[in-house]
Amino acid sequence: MSGVEKIAVRVTNIVPLNALVTRFEFKRSDGLHFPTFSGGAHVVVEMQDGEILRRNPYSLMSDPADQSQYAISVRRDDEGRGGSLFMHRSVSVGDEMLISNPVNLFALDLRARKHLMIAGGIGITPFMAQIKQLSRTNGNWELHYASRNAALASYGSELMAQHPNGVHIYYDDDKQSIALEALLKGQPLGTHLYICGPKGMINWVRDTAKKAGWPHEAIHYEEFLAPQSGKPFEVKLAQSSMVIQVGENQSLLEAIEAAGVDAPYLCRGGACGQCETAVIGYDGKFLHNDHWLTNEEKASGHKIMPCVSRFEGKTLVLDR
Amino acid sequence: MSIQFNDETFRDDYTFRNSDWAINRFPFPFHEDHYMYSVNMEQHRGGPEGSVFEKRFDVDEHYVAEMRDRAQVLADDPLRCQSLPHMTLAGWDLLELIMVSKSEDYPDLFELHRDDDKWRWVNKPLGIDDSFTFMDETTLPYGPMEYITRQTQGDFAVLDQRDDNLWMDAGMITTQADWSLDFDIGMNFFEWHAPVPKANEMGIFVRALKFLMSVQQGAPARRLNWTMTVNPLLDTSPENYHKWGIQKTQMTPENVGEKQHLRVELQTFFRLPRSNGLVFPIRCYLISLDDLTSIPKWGRRLHRVIRDLPEELATYKGFIDNRPMIIDYLAKVDNGAETSPGIWPDLHLEPDAKA
Amino acid sequence: MSKFQFPKAIFSRPVYTVLERRVGSHHLMVADAEGGGALLDLAKSDSGLMADAHVIYIPKHTGDTYSKPLAAFAPGQFYIGSSYEASVARLRRTLLGAHMGLQVYLAGTEGLMGQVQSEAAQAGISPESIQSEHRGSVARRMQCVHCKGITEDVTVDPFVCGHCGLNLYVRDHYSRRLAAFQGVCVNAEDPGNVPKAKELYT
Repeated sequence: MSGVEKIAVRVTNIVPLNALVTRFEFKRSDGLHFPTFSGGAHVVVEMQDGEILRRNPYSLMSDPADQSQYAISVRRDDEGRGGSLFMHRSVSVGDEMLISNPVNLFALDLRARKHLMIAGGIGITPFMAQIKQLSRTNGNWELHYASRNAALASYGSELMAQHPNGVHIYYDDDKQSIALEALLKGQPLGTHLYICGPKGMINWVRDTAKKAGWPHEAIHYEEFLAPQSGKPFEVKLAQSSMVIQVGENQSLLEAIEAAGVDAPYLCRGGACGQCETAVIGYDGKFLHNDHWLTNEEKASGHKIMPCVSRFEGKTLVLDR
Repeated sequence: MSIQFNDETFRDDYTFRNSDWAINRFPFPFHEDHYMYSVNMEQHRGGPEGSVFEKRFDVDEHYVAEMRDRAQVLADDPLRCQSLPHMTLAGWDLLELIMVSKSEDYPDLFELHRDDDKWRWVNKPLGIDDSFTFMDETTLPYGPMEYITRQTQGDFAVLDQRDDNLWMDAGMITTQADWSLDFDIGMNFFEWHAPVPKANEMGIFVRALKFLMSVQQGAPARRLNWTMTVNPLLDTSPENYHKWGIQKTQMTPENVGEKQHLRVELQTFFRLPRSNGLVFPIRCYLISLDDLTSIPKWGRRLHRVIRDLPEELATYKGFIDNRPMIIDYLAKVDNGAETSPGIWPDLHLEPDAKA
Repeated sequence: MSKFQFPKAIFSRPVYTVLERRVGSHHLMVADAEGGGALLDLAKSDSGLMADAHVIYIPKHTGDTYSKPLAAFAPGQFYIGSSYEASVARLRRTLLGAHMGLQVYLAGTEGLMGQVQSEAAQAGISPESIQSEHRGSVARRMQCVHCKGITEDVTVDPFVCGHCGLNLYVRDHYSRRLAAFQGVCVNAEDPGNVPKAKELYT
């Protein structure tokens, strides 16, 4: 039971923001209102990319209270498997697409006395929605946003204009960086820290906060791992009595779905735990790419997260 | 059909009654002849026409009287309705969910008129016609959760989702099966279930939590739970246990069929969109053994379930002392015949079924 | 009895550990009676810690048994409170001015640790930043579920509610918000008959 509710939408606007990032705006095909959502939520967008049905998660960055449209911003990844390239090259205004209902794995902790947000690059998108939500409810927040330069700082000037006191932007090209230790030191009790950006930045902020004595309950981060390409491999699905092939640019989860086997998922980015699948037998090596399984679980050879992880070797038998 | 609301009480003189309509649609919770603790969760997307599963928030003949009883409980003890400060947004989510659902599912009883954030809510059975500004607490007589749950049958636990857990951070609890909101508010999923026998050992709660945390917008879920209550008493709270506990000792073989009630909770679970919280409505249905055994299959099955229930569960559910009397009563209607699978009455399968 | 091994209990009941130094920008220590001994053990294990610490200590019946040696470690701030009630305003003021990175160390009776934990949670500290080590009395702080009154230092089961006078049995179910266990009427179904009171943990 994947249980993910789908909404049919039409692409109503495509806005290139800079050399890498483009915004896509959607309205519902049936003319009804979208559900409201909470800042930090994502939707899974379905893309029929040739033979492969891709489902990629993107953070909603429109106003959560605006039920007339949804918007996502997609960064083109020339090295990736093609989901973002498909969005950039093959999607046109007027196209009909399917998206999931919003799912939030990066929600604001509404008890926070203050929300301290750290964004890197395209990691700005969930904060766009969170800032709109907090502005409406008079929330106490502050954003620190690092980007390569002004041209690539998507929504940077818009945020600065709207919230001159709450937004701080740093450009790598100008050798600017967040004075993180000092920033963390001055935060009042009850502050919650949110991080979205590249893996290196997330690790740096988490480690620095941990060393400053911040409890992990106050540290929230979101990193969507894009599934990695890799060598093709073969998998036996025991419950379904089938043998399937996983292609070079296909994830294991996508291959399971392509075989018509229903598999649960929420984030498709190795974070939520929904697609966790038991391994019945194997002869080879796992390429675990998720942040869900513990290191012990990864080493045990008993579990795999098929949304982002792969396998190299002779045989893999899954309980699916 | 339009519903005829009963003028009845759930205390003192106990004039509560189920009509034949209410008996036939009672949510009998046992799908087989024995009971085991389980998560038994299913999607909450409608059900057979006329059943309690059909609508998102079932309204029945007890609606007006139940709301009167709730108002009395709250007047006596306002601590039955509490919301921690960060839960106001979830309260608005709940108000919206119920107003939209009820006005769509029962257009003859409830109306919702929305012009941007200017809302007008009409509740005909309770004679309410209020205009207010959505998301502005100052325009309602109570906080949003209290306002709407004073007009909706069932208890409501409103849960915050964070730190890989669910937290009981708000609720309207006036018909509870023996737990105290004032005590449990602020607890996480494992803490508030701690008193359930063997809860610590049972992986069942870990699985249930995982399921609930992934309940998504637009995909609500439901399950049934049950216990036994002497007299059709809605407010079986621990707060008032020193007052009502004595009633459990006033049952006799002569009055057990009239006094002993099966109490069934229809528990539903909805993701709340703006707050990312989860609401857990707990709707209570009561039926006397006399009425229940008018459905032959139910009488036979309940006898077998109660007879074979492990002692610790009968203790936890609070009827261990009265169990022999209940079994004696039910044994008389159990002729040993088979029962069909599932929860429905299946009157047509009974040997003496009348056409 | 200074250290006590609590029997295995239900999930809502707090679990106590042995205090250890945690990484943090500031260190707040609150203890009562024999709990002073736990702070001393902590100070002995890491003498540098006390210079950065704010200690709030309520000696109760222990006189200067623990307060004197504690003072000898020269904590950054050292306060001896005559009771918890007398100390709570200082505690709140301290939390009000505190920053993220604060580590909280609690030691002593369940009632004291529970109440400070509840104050700290209200100030926005997550449970992870709070350590608790039980020392001394195993008396419980009880909420009467009927009248809501709190009875301190309950050592027998059942006991009489200090507010409404009902006879209550002692549950293991614990509320961190109230910093109290739950007491429920023991003879509601048998009004004339109150079971004989037993010492807790006997």
